[in-house]
Amino acid sequence: MLFLEQTLNALQLGLMLFLIAAGLTLVFGIMDLVNLAHGSFYMLGAYVAATVAAKSGSFAAAFLVALAAAAGVGMLVEWLLLRRVYGRGHLSQVLVTFALILIANETVRWIWGANPIDMGVPRSLAGSVALAPGLSYSEYRLAIIVAGLALAAALFWMVNCTRLGIWIRAGASNRDMARALGVDTSRLFTLVFGLGAALSAFAGAMLGPILSVQVGMGEAIIILAFVVVVIGGIGSVRGALLGSIVVAAVDTYGRAFLPSALGAFLPLDIATHLGPGLSQVSIFVLMAAILFFRPRGLMPATG
Amino acid sequence: MKLGATWWFGIVAVVLLVLLPPIASFTQQEFYIGVATRVLAYAIAVSSLNLVLGHGGMLSLAQGSLLGAGAYTTAILTVEATKDVTFLPGATSAWITWPAAMLVGALLGLAIASISLRTRAIFFLMITLAFNQMLYYLFFSMKVYGGDDGLGMAARSDLLPGLALENDTVFFYVALALFAIFTFVQHRLVHSRFGRVLEGIRINEPRMQALGFDTYRYKLVCFAIGGAGSGLAGALLVNKNLFVSPGLLDWLQSGTLLVMTILGGVGQLWGGLLGAAAYLVIEELLSAYTQRWQIGLGVALIAVTLYAPRGLGALFVPRRP
Amino acid sequence: MSPVLATTSLRKRFGGITATDDVSLDVAAHEVHALIGPNGAGKSTLIGQLAGTLRPDGGTILCNGLDVTHMPAHKRVAHGLARSYQITSTFRGLTVLDNLVLAVQATAGSSFRFWRPASAEASLYDRAREVAALVDLSAREDVLVDHLSHGEERQLEVGLALASRPRVLLLDEPMAGMGKEESARMLHLIERLRSSTTVLLVEHDMAAVFRLADRITVLVYGRVIASGKPDEIRRDREVREAYLGAAAS
Repeated sequence: MLFLEQTLNALQLGLMLFLIAAGLTLVFGIMDLVNLAHGSFYMLGAYVAATVAAKSGSFAAAFLVALAAAAGVGMLVEWLLLRRVYGRGHLSQVLVTFALILIANETVRWIWGANPIDMGVPRSLAGSVALAPGLSYSEYRLAIIVAGLALAAALFWMVNCTRLGIWIRAGASNRDMARALGVDTSRLFTLVFGLGAALSAFAGAMLGPILSVQVGMGEAIIILAFVVVVIGGIGSVRGALLGSIVVAAVDTYGRAFLPSALGAFLPLDIATHLGPGLSQVSIFVLMAAILFFRPRGLMPATG
Repeated sequence: MKLGATWWFGIVAVVLLVLLPPIASFTQQEFYIGVATRVLAYAIAVSSLNLVLGHGGMLSLAQGSLLGAGAYTTAILTVEATKDVTFLPGATSAWITWPAAMLVGALLGLAIASISLRTRAIFFLMITLAFNQMLYYLFFSMKVYGGDDGLGMAARSDLLPGLALENDTVFFYVALALFAIFTFVQHRLVHSRFGRVLEGIRINEPRMQALGFDTYRYKLVCFAIGGAGSGLAGALLVNKNLFVSPGLLDWLQSGTLLVMTILGGVGQLWGGLLGAAAYLVIEELLSAYTQRWQIGLGVALIAVTLYAPRGLGALFVPRRP
Repeated sequence: MSPVLATTSLRKRFGGITATDDVSLDVAAHEVHALIGPNGAGKSTLIGQLAGTLRPDGGTILCNGLDVTHMPAHKRVAHGLARSYQITSTFRGLTVLDNLVLAVQATAGSSFRFWRPASAEASLYDRAREVAALVDLSAREDVLVDHLSHGEERQLEVGLALASRPRVLLLDEPMAGMGKEESARMLHLIERLRSSTTVLLVEHDMAAVFRLADRITVLVYGRVIASGKPDEIRRDREVREAYLGAAAS
């Protein structure tokens, strides 16, 4: 039972992580842009959604506004600033996006204050569902899983079945060739960046009620997203999904079961203290192990 | 060999720094001795990153964790020395804990680089970032050494009988001496055979391999040296504050070190000192104006990156054609 | 006499394309051996495997009797193998002399030396000047690579490979993009090399090939279709059909 519950938790985390990582890997694969500030859209989504939900009482409105805000800000930042660092190498990109993190965090602190804000679960989903005898699971968490699956399916459909998707895959696998074949790369870049920002914001808005909405929440999760991209391979949406599931599984099962597993041969207090730290570490160990055998990740977009 | 402007700058800077404590005491602004000490500690860390990035060509976000690991090493050894029942043999002498901090920094750097260097360049940055966080979580979860609350040191390390680091002026001069030595070592390193190979790798790595150089090994050693420098900076910082917390290892700290590096000038000999000083000056100036100084810092950083990417240190060196 | 370089049944595939198809060839000491073939024949792929930047899927490569098939590129230099690139690959921002000093450093003792300035090592600079003289760049020693003419940069390209005193020199289209005068100079350069080393030369310039080569191997679609003295190759019917045609002089 505990295992089933943890599996659902892993699925929930994995899908949300996928939404964040998908944007990151696409931006990296198509524009060769290292975007450290990707987590800021996650944070923006959570803050905007929380505020709109509190003011209007409607979660649907909250989501729409959050997505629009993130996409809008994202495309504006790309158009005004980021296009100037595309050819400049990763150092410049790291510095500029790091600066954006500083600006974003401080701006959020300015508008909303330094304390974490509260985002409640929508009343219609506040209950629990009995999935199996002895296992009742939060309705909201199930909603996250359903929404995540729907969005993942939509993303896959877009990437594999639409013209935009073809341009995206072409750009990811060979940028210069795509441009030579007539793809309007600057509009594509702006669109992709906006899309990534919106996906990130969606994850932030969905996770807002169950995690803490505070300044810096983006920085914590962006590391996991980077690990996902490294494991999954750059530019690959499929790789991002695989990587997200793997990372979420290791993290969730690790936190849940590692302390008791360690407790079998270590004193209990050490095991409980070491457990969560070790499960974090195990994600990175896993990343190192995968890289050892597959230096380009599990499913890189380029051959 | 860059003689002329760079040497003159160095001489002037060192002389000014040597004169700082007496001037500060005279004008009753002793506070600045502490600030300058902090600048010198960070200058060593930034010079280390400069070696890794500017000379080795490796963009790394792991230096913050190496600095933090050095700080923790010194703190842990010091704390263990005062306990009755110890887990590790402890020491309070700077002659043991500071080299230990450098060794830990070098070994961790070696470990991180040995994996990160095996992959494509684009992954390198992200992997150093991931390792940085791994170390952060490791220290975070070590409740026995403070965990989230951090670890305090009862007193500064013992240096020599009669030369107590408790005295801020003495500590300042020690930091200055270490910085000067480190800068001199860096200068020799850059112009040595090893430095030439690093330069060649930075310009054209595949050709270096075709010439017969095992480039992986050279980059590995460069990264380890950078780790040692960062560890030393950490030892100095924990002595200054008598406190270290996992927050010192957060990746945003690594980012800050990178910011200091670009401000000072990537690959410039005095880039470490200039960058650390510039950053801390900006921090002081802007935060006096407004609480929202980080926005100003962000804007300044973007401006520097786009319009003055060679940083302050490049003002002293003629443009390389 | 045993060959200084020999491949046996070398194979390399890229997805569905067989770039190197069961190639066996040998190069004798102090000869200039030319590798020719139409575009896409797999010449650069073969050079890549010989130099160590590509891994063969099958077969062996012997250098002075030592199996180097899976040896990484940087280790082969110590065993006497060196290559120059078809697309010039030098060190921009450094002078000709500094380029050569780097190359000399690779085989002049360990470069894990951290204290003594490299500029103080006279032996490195002496050897670098020797190599500069070998490739006719003595007058341009202190010029930045960025300011060299194309032909001069190609000369430096060969110089970088020569610095390690190789026993086998792999030259990948050394005359690429050169005019008449520059090509003639490069030709004389390669002729002079015969006494000190062995040369495996990939070239398209047929006049140069037939003038320089002691032996010629012809590669078509990854396979060796003929190998022998220039006259034999000139008369070989398969070669004429597949490649030479009107280009034969």
